[in-house]
Amino acid sequence: MTTRQFGSPVLRKEDPRLVTGNGRYLDDLGHTAYEVAFVRSPHAHARIVDIDVDGALEVDGVVAVFTHEDLDGPAADRLPLLIPHPSIVAGRTGHALAKEDVNHVGEAVVMVVARDRYLAEDAAQRIVVTYEPLRPVVGIATSRDGDDLVHDDAPGNVAAHLLQEVGNVEVAMATAPHTLTLDLEIERSACMPMEGKGVLAHWDSDEQRMRIHSSTQTSTGVRAAVAAKLQLPLAQVECIAPDVGGGFGVKIMHPWPEEVLIPWAARRLDHDVKWTEDRREHFTSSAHERGQLQQVTVGFDDDGRLLALDVRFWHDNGAYLPYGVIVPIITATQLLGPYKPQNYRVEFWSLYTNTVLVTPYRGAGRPQGCFAMERTMDAIAAELGLDRTEVRSRNFIQPEEMPYDQGLLFQDGRPLKYDSGDFPASLAKLKALVGWDDFTAYREQAEAEGRKVGLGIGCYVEGTGVGPYEGGHVHVETSGRVNVATGLTTQGQGHQTILAQIVADELGVSIEDVYVTTGDTRRMPYAVGTFASRGAVMSGNAVALAARAVRAKALRIAADALEVSEADLQIEEGTISVKGAPHASIALSTVAVMSNPLRYAFDESAKAATQFAGAFDPDKPPVADEDEPGLEGKDFYSPTQATFANGMHAAIVETDPVTAEIRILRYCVIHDCGTVVNPMIVEGQVHGGVAQGVGGALYERMAYDETGQLLNASFMDFLIPYASEVPHIETDHLETPSPLNPLGIKGAGEAGTIPVSAVIASAIEDAEGFPIRSMPISPTELWDLRRQHARTNQETA
Amino acid sequence: MKPAPFVHHSPRALDEAVAVLAEVGHDGKVLAGGQSLIPVLNMRLAQPAHLVDINRVAGLDTVTVTDTHVRVGAIVRHAQLEKHDEAYAVLPLLRQALRNVAHPAIRNRGTTVGSIAHADAAGEMPSVAVVTDAVIEAVGPRGRREIAAGEFFEGPLQTVLEADELVEAVRFGRLAPGTRTTFVESARRHGDYALAGLGLAVDVEGAGADAVVRSARASYVSVTDIPVVVDLTDAVAGQPVSSPDWSAVEDLVQAAIAPEADIHASSDYRRALAAELTRRALTSLTTETIESTGGAA
Repeated sequence: MTTRQFGSPVLRKEDPRLVTGNGRYLDDLGHTAYEVAFVRSPHAHARIVDIDVDGALEVDGVVAVFTHEDLDGPAADRLPLLIPHPSIVAGRTGHALAKEDVNHVGEAVVMVVARDRYLAEDAAQRIVVTYEPLRPVVGIATSRDGDDLVHDDAPGNVAAHLLQEVGNVEVAMATAPHTLTLDLEIERSACMPMEGKGVLAHWDSDEQRMRIHSSTQTSTGVRAAVAAKLQLPLAQVECIAPDVGGGFGVKIMHPWPEEVLIPWAARRLDHDVKWTEDRREHFTSSAHERGQLQQVTVGFDDDGRLLALDVRFWHDNGAYLPYGVIVPIITATQLLGPYKPQNYRVEFWSLYTNTVLVTPYRGAGRPQGCFAMERTMDAIAAELGLDRTEVRSRNFIQPEEMPYDQGLLFQDGRPLKYDSGDFPASLAKLKALVGWDDFTAYREQAEAEGRKVGLGIGCYVEGTGVGPYEGGHVHVETSGRVNVATGLTTQGQGHQTILAQIVADELGVSIEDVYVTTGDTRRMPYAVGTFASRGAVMSGNAVALAARAVRAKALRIAADALEVSEADLQIEEGTISVKGAPHASIALSTVAVMSNPLRYAFDESAKAATQFAGAFDPDKPPVADEDEPGLEGKDFYSPTQATFANGMHAAIVETDPVTAEIRILRYCVIHDCGTVVNPMIVEGQVHGGVAQGVGGALYERMAYDETGQLLNASFMDFLIPYASEVPHIETDHLETPSPLNPLGIKGAGEAGTIPVSAVIASAIEDAEGFPIRSMPISPTELWDLRRQHARTNQETA
Repeated sequence: MKPAPFVHHSPRALDEAVAVLAEVGHDGKVLAGGQSLIPVLNMRLAQPAHLVDINRVAGLDTVTVTDTHVRVGAIVRHAQLEKHDEAYAVLPLLRQALRNVAHPAIRNRGTTVGSIAHADAAGEMPSVAVVTDAVIEAVGPRGRREIAAGEFFEGPLQTVLEADELVEAVRFGRLAPGTRTTFVESARRHGDYALAGLGLAVDVEGAGADAVVRSARASYVSVTDIPVVVDLTDAVAGQPVSSPDWSAVEDLVQAAIAPEADIHASSDYRRALAAELTRRALTSLTTETIESTGGAA
């Protein structure tokens, strides 16, 4: 029997290559390419008065220096607003190179092309840009005041404004026995992939073809954008994502200015051109996320049941809005989590600030939404003196209510309709895992030892696997090698492994024979990209469907050859045999030979398919009508809506009574991503997600000063947690398969990150006895909060 | 993040290094482990025209223990000194402090002397230098001179070293027999520059339940402009080791330091943290089984 791969902790096929240093990342390519450095704005907000590049041109080895004036055609126009939405009232995007003004520190102003990066930086240093500084708008509150504007034609700094309502909040709130209002705040963080962005462009002037390698999460998107910006036929542009050292969202944004400029320069100079982003550039010219101010008003009954939920929030979208309002829409909709609020109104304003632009970062607006909802749940429990899990439990959507329509429109424009999940079961598992009911005794024991401990909880629902579609292509070579291609890109998630697992099972071949290619428009020109925890859902199902097509064809050919019915055949380990009569068999590789009638025998196996090789039916064409040569199949998966994964986390933290240092003692995760393809990879995703969540909760922030300078634009001062700061993560799974797709998969990529700030805030609040309303939190801030509360208590005493 | 052009000098002998530095010192930098200098160059925060790389200079890579001191050559790596058993036996504070210096990979490359010459007040080893009354052995075109650690540091990243001088070695003074030492710090992440920290040396007289504190000296990291020794003796002398009262320590510490606020912590927090760390260090040194300096070598 062939061992079933689906559901097994199969070791990652890509790891031997990657961990032995044989990965091919962007900067490993293009050894002879010219390299690029940018002069970037040192001002958060300024008008460009003059650019003097003379000094740069004197540097030996400099090839060209370009400013906006040099750009032509659509490349000189503003960058696209990728995801239009009716709520956008002033959608502003930047230029590939700043035209008249700059709107954040780090915006590209001049592009220097040189023989190598050292020389390019030497030259860049000699360029003198004269600016007329304008008043910078930094911080959400400042932006909301609207006294100074980022864009003159965006009054109030409002980029977008959206209100959604289900039920009648006003009436329900007015009659609710209890109401509470919470003012909340979440600060910025960022994706920080190990490998920054990078672009290599090769212009073939003979064939008039552009080949782009980009460290991107969407090669099809970059391809289409570059074709449009450079006015090239799509057929003359190809884009490949090589090994990509992490993305976490920042590389789904496209085209980045550099993705337009590098191909543009390659064509202009008729030479390969490369740019590799350095870390400082990544901090000030890629993207951040998370920054929001929120106000939640909630009405509830004596049992803690939600009667009305009224949420207003102000979302910091940075200097421009190229990715539209996806992040705040996700906050607005996913805030609801596993609960049914009866009446819900949510209103947001997406605001411009003179800071790095904001695009999705793992979790993409959900951590903020979860923070708002879960802080509210804890506040209700505190107000009523109820157990925090009891309040949550009373508001859960029940399993028998699935599918459950929240009555809102999700980020894909489709109904926010939960397909599956068993929230009471998840909560029961979580309480057992963390020892919820035994915590009181633990706390008392800790108190007796002079220690402060707290227990926190957070629940979320995550819309994953959004459309519109992904495709799969499966091709069996005459050697028996199975080539699988999907168009979405991979950044280390393990797609090579899980897609191979799926195809190996569907096709009945050994996983060792399956080779997966992702993110290469030459192999799969139709694709969307890797985001929204959609890789396994979308491409997993697409390659399964493609493999099923190949299997059907293989069985048809084999049935003909073996003169049996297709229904009597099975495929195991690459061999098609008659069930119950294993000697009557034919190798899949042979079927691949037979599937492609040949005139020329280029090798031994090909002989079998040549025109004099054997008997054939002279009345039939070598390739049947409605058939194609070759043993290959292609299919697409396009769902009607997202699948909804969910999870619940709990943590025990200890806070030092004197120094306010915060330590996570235990971190527990219950996770439901439907049918699990590879439990080891899912656990890894959860662990990595929690690690990033811990960063967002306790360590990471973008420290802008009031002039818009980012004070911590390096890994010395932007604190990503080390292994030493990430707790051991205890996980347990619940599998409620999605009814929406053939494999029952729901996404897992972002899950671990979403509730961590909510959970840690809950636990610190529990330890300290006063509300935590702003995250992240550091020891110095907790220490300040203690003193504030001590003072308040003194005054009220 | 590529450095500006520079000329790389790689002398093989100390006099050669001195000669090169004499020539280019006004526009040159000495490169030892490079753990601070290379990032500074890559970010173009400094653009020296010359680097005098002393990694291949013979004779700078030794640790020597004598009756009075531990002498550490200019290219002895942190890790080498940390693992040096003889140095540890006579001056445990070295290892106690070095364990707090960044991460193993950095300690494998970074040098103890380089960290002192770099004079970052957040560095652990400058603090150890002052509390052990170390002597800095400098050499330059005018010959050798010895500088007491207490007079070496002038300000953040500033020392009395001339541009054409380099540090050949640092002699850490051995503490009196029986002195108990520890090094504690609190950092946002393991291995980061500390928010506050200190090296502490305590002398105890008497033994067992009757032991009392005779004197204590501390030197701080990250809460002073330059590493200075704070004599805690007035606040702790005579405290019984079995039931000490450290309440007088806090005021003394808080008065002696002047922490700057930055994005990681407020000045008040650092001040309170330094006091608390001092209290905890005193407690651990007096009540727990501790590592103390050996007697005569």
